[in-house]
Parts: sequence; C-alpha cells; structure tokens
Amino acid sequence: MNAKAIVVTSGKGGVGKTTTTANVGAALAKLGERVAVIDTDVGLRNLDVVMGLEGRVVFDLIDVFEGRCKLRQALIRDKRVETLHLLAASQTKDKSSLSETRMQETVRSLLTDEGFDRVLIDSPAGIESGFRTAASGADGALVVVNPEVSSVRDADRIIGLLEAREITEVRLIINRLRPAMVKRGDMLEVDDVLEILGVKLIGIVPEDERVLVSTNVGNPASLEDGGAKATAGSAFRDIARRIRGDDVAYPDLDAPKGVFAGLRRLFGGR
Amino acid sequence: MFRFFRRRGSKDDLKQRLKLVLSYDRAQLAPGKMEQLKRELLAVVHTYFPGDGDDLDVRFEQHGDRMVLIADLPRQKLR
Repeated sequence: MNAKAIVVTSGKGGVGKTTTTANVGAALAKLGERVAVIDTDVGLRNLDVVMGLEGRVVFDLIDVFEGRCKLRQALIRDKRVETLHLLAASQTKDKSSLSETRMQETVRSLLTDEGFDRVLIDSPAGIESGFRTAASGADGALVVVNPEVSSVRDADRIIGLLEAREITEVRLIINRLRPAMVKRGDMLEVDDVLEILGVKLIGIVPEDERVLVSTNVGNPASLEDGGAKATAGSAFRDIARRIRGDDVAYPDLDAPKGVFAGLRRLFGGR
Repeated sequence: MFRFFRRRGSKDDLKQRLKLVLSYDRAQLAPGKMEQLKRELLAVVHTYFPGDGDDLDVRFEQHGDRMVLIADLPRQKLR
C-alpha cells in the first residue's frame, strides 16, 4: 500500500478492529518500520490493554489535541518492539475536542516531525463522528469484516463512506474465518465476500483461540513465533508484508489431512 | 467432482439475502418503497394497456459499477 496513514475500520463493533490494529502494527514494526498506532475510540479505550501497555498511559489523544502535552510525550514505546509506539485514546466522555483538523495535524506531525513510516488509526465502531475523525487522518483503509450478515452489510456501508471521502486505497481483511464451516457451506467463503463487497483483499485471518489467549496477556499474536503456518498470528504477519508491497501467497486454510483427503484433492474435490 | 454432491448450505441463502439488502442499501431505498413503486408503475402501465396482468417484477441489479433498476413486465400474448 502506498498509504502511510491507514485507518482500521469496520462499521460493526466486535469484528476485530483493535486486534487487527495491534497485530498488524506490531508485525509492521517487527519488519523494521517505525509505526505509530492511534486509538481513536474516545471513552472506550482498549488498544492499550490489547497491546499490554495500559500501565504506561500518562497522556492521551485528547491531551495532545487540547495542548496539555507535546505529541512526543503522549507516545508510549512498546516494550517488545522498540519501533512500535502507541497513542492512547482518552477514557473521558468528553469528545468535544475531537476534530478532523486536529487529527490530520497529528498524523502529519507523526509522519514528518517524528519520522514515523506508518500510522495505523484504530477507528471506533459506527459511522458517526468518531469514525469520521479517524478516517479524516487517513489516506488508506483496512476494512475488517467477519463472514456473517451484519458485518458484511456494515462493511459495505463503510466502504461507501470511505470512497466518498476519497480514500482510494481500501483493502479488505476477512477476519475470524472458520474453514470447517465454509467447507460445509454454512459460512460465506472468501470469494463470496469479495464478490459482494467489490474491494481488494489483503488478508484472511482464521478463527484462532490463540488470539484471545495472547490478548489475555497483552502480547499481540503476530509477535509469537508459531511453528504451524495457518494461524491468525501468521495471517497478521502476512498482512503486514502485503501492506509493504510483498506478494505473499495465501496459505491453504483447510488443507485436508490423510490419504482419503489427498485422493479427493487429486480428483479435484474440495 | 465432489462439489457436485455437496448439500446446499445456509451460506447460499445468506449470499442472496445480502445481495438483495445491499442493493436497497446502495440505492438508499427502503424495501417497502419498492412495493409502492411497483404498484404505481403497474397503475401507469394499466392506463396504456388496460388488458395487462399484474405480473411485474421490479428489482435492482449491479451491472459492473452501475446499479440498474429493472422493471420486467411480460406483455399479454398477442393474438
């Protein structure tokens, strides 16, 4: 992606925006980029706990917007990957100082004055002011969608709004895909979602309980060295590489095991 | 070849429903309004072709980048 400032959004809540921001941000930083992740979900801050940085929040986005601290003072450096930084959301209810102009200034300052290579902006759910503020700072977008009815519908709405804002680099992440359900025809498959939404794909993340386990301890799954290939952690690492322009093949998520399955594959069955 | 024997899963229903609901969403038209449009179109058609039936299908279709409104009205057989 050419975009340096990328908003992570979905419309619907609970589909994995914050998890995606933390994991892709960490993976990009591990690849050597200087990355800032911004939590814009004011009042419902969570990126800090997902990343395990909650104990180190002193200043937040609203403090920066209202001039109570310098931008640099509000940046929390990650303990594992030192090129990764977090700008936390405020937990206060007052969103009055959230403004598109301040957001744009902050992102520009991160990319120019502070020398970051990439800024990931974690958007709140919904299509209201929080989303608009998050999107205003971005020139690209990762739309996170789960293969189910309400998430796909909301993603379609969000894609329309992003296009209206002239954010042209919009890429889709299909999150929490369950290969076994796809196989029995009870879950939309990747091609179905792409056909319906009509945007370019950048990642397929399988449902993986290790994501919850790693979130429990505040350690992004993409930083864990999983030996097995088809994990959520490796899917997030692949997304980071694709953002950087690498051509990364999609692993077969439902590689059948055993002789019979091998035979079926030989005859072109799925 | 085994795909042929696969039972029809619930996702096929979901896909059809999603395509339909998104066509209304994108057109910013409530599905109920479509029924109203259909009734009004039929009323107009009947003023020109009084003998025609009520067999009218109105729907949106995505043609590439364009959303198209299709009104499909089979004419009475001409003698």
